[in-house]
Amino acid sequence: MNWITNFVRPKIQAVLENKKDTPDNLWHKCSGCGQLLYLKDYLEVQSVCPNCGFHGRIDPKTRFKHLFNKGEHALIDLPKANEDPLKFKDQKKYTDRLKAARAKSESKDAISVAYGQIGNMNAVIAVQNFLFMGGSMGMGVGNGIIAAAEHAVAKKAPLVLFSAAGGARMQEGILSLMQMPRTTVAVEMVKDAGLPYIVVLTDPTTGGVTASYAMLGDVQIAEPNALICFAGPRVIKDTIREELPEGFQRSEYLLDHGMVDMIVHRHEMRDNLIQLLGLLMKQTKAA
Amino acid sequence: MLTYLDFEKPIAELESRIRDMNNLESGEEINIAEEVGRLEGKRDKLLRDTYAKLTPWQKIKVARHPQRPHFKDYVAQLITDFMPLAGDRAFADDVAIMGGLGRFNGQSVVVIGHEKGHDTQSRIKHNFGMARPEGYRKTVRLLKLAEQFDIPVITLVDTSGAYPGIGAEERGQAEAIARSTEACLGLKVPLVSIIVGEGGSGGAVALAAGNRVMMMEHSVYSVISPEGCASILWRTSDKAEDAANALKITAQDLLKLNVIDEIIPEPVGGAHRDHKLTMEAIRKTLETALSELSALSGDKLKTLRREKFLNMGQKMGQN
Repeated sequence: MNWITNFVRPKIQAVLENKKDTPDNLWHKCSGCGQLLYLKDYLEVQSVCPNCGFHGRIDPKTRFKHLFNKGEHALIDLPKANEDPLKFKDQKKYTDRLKAARAKSESKDAISVAYGQIGNMNAVIAVQNFLFMGGSMGMGVGNGIIAAAEHAVAKKAPLVLFSAAGGARMQEGILSLMQMPRTTVAVEMVKDAGLPYIVVLTDPTTGGVTASYAMLGDVQIAEPNALICFAGPRVIKDTIREELPEGFQRSEYLLDHGMVDMIVHRHEMRDNLIQLLGLLMKQTKAA
Repeated sequence: MLTYLDFEKPIAELESRIRDMNNLESGEEINIAEEVGRLEGKRDKLLRDTYAKLTPWQKIKVARHPQRPHFKDYVAQLITDFMPLAGDRAFADDVAIMGGLGRFNGQSVVVIGHEKGHDTQSRIKHNFGMARPEGYRKTVRLLKLAEQFDIPVITLVDTSGAYPGIGAEERGQAEAIARSTEACLGLKVPLVSIIVGEGGSGGAVALAAGNRVMMMEHSVYSVISPEGCASILWRTSDKAEDAANALKITAQDLLKLNVIDEIIPEPVGGAHRDHKLTMEAIRKTLETALSELSALSGDKLKTLRREKFLNMGQKMGQN
């Protein structure tokens, strides 16, 4: 960013805003550098800004497409969860929030699980969807992770989990908290079977999700610049009333503090996982 | 001097009148003993009635009552030969969580729990029961020690939550909590967990993934504090009382949801009014639970504990 981009960009925006006939979804403004990108081009590169490398949030469908061989995979049916066990209502009914999230995301809950080939191995990949109620972990997500673990064990395949969540789903109260031990048991099932459990932390991974299955990987990978934490920056700031260090709770900061093994660019994720899983599954390779 | 909660005002007034009466000298017109007896009867009834129908919000206040028994009180009354063990062997000793070896009814046990402190100085020392990663890593260490020597474990949960601080995050608060829950779930010795005051979120569950999970009658256990929930979902912490109702945080609600196994009764007027009676109730419950669990093999204990959590929330009616 320099004075030229700073100076020119607002003008471009002004032009766009005036042209009412321009569809809103034709452009994407990068949250990292503010550059306007053709949405189509942007989606083609898995929502990574070609200008600054900022990793935008993507849905499970896109992940599967770019991770599995030729994008081919089978979605695993997830057991239906006991919906709205508390009959929860804040300013809106929880059931209404669920309906809205389902309409918006075309998925039943904040996780999707798929099985397919990656390199010359089979793998189960579970992906959380931040667009579905902030990826929050309730019984539906818990069931998804358990189903993913069971499938991995049944197929003797590794489990790769992409986390993205604001934390536990408050609307399910204590039952959302109980997903912490439940998902921990799921992870243990995979480990007991001698299979790799790999976690890829994506933006954002916070709260009870980080404090359970998302930090229990045999290998912990993070996407660049993802917010990864237990307590969110605002909560900490309100508690200690101090400025937070630069880059605090971002992937690079966690790597420096020994909390993750590596940071991997989204475009290199597939190759990286193939290499890692091949090593852990002790696949031999000609020298 | 007893600290009265806001909804206990009528009780406080009665008790103050009883005290005044007791200080009076017997005159001719009134029989003091008779009058005191009458007031005490009234007070007892009021106390019983009030505590029989506490709202979730009132329960939070009871659970946070400064004179409620804390970890050190329970250990002093229930455990003999207690030897506190310190440190996570990596960074520090976090005394927001305390633990050690001791005897319960003559048998060796490992006891671990949050300590909130009872006055300003001790509250600061114990960080108000809000643990940092070192507290959870010490927990893992003590759980492994218990398993190594085949000693049952008792955990006493009383925290508003894990500490949200820069250092805590830098040293892996989330990972520490996850490992502590994992250690509880993998344990091959009996683990009995009691929510004695506040069970606040991940910082509580890290110590509470037990074979038996019990709650004191007026304790609370929640995924988020009602204040926090209200400020997120209602966008104002003024709605904390509504959030407390919606979240279902009382022992009675959690028993209905099959999240806990048992409610331990408290003396009339709450645990803070009679520590001794509270201890006796806990002692009885612990005796039964430990003797039942001690009959099971290590593998069985681990399998049953895992199944218990896997099945949680699954058996209720579908909508």
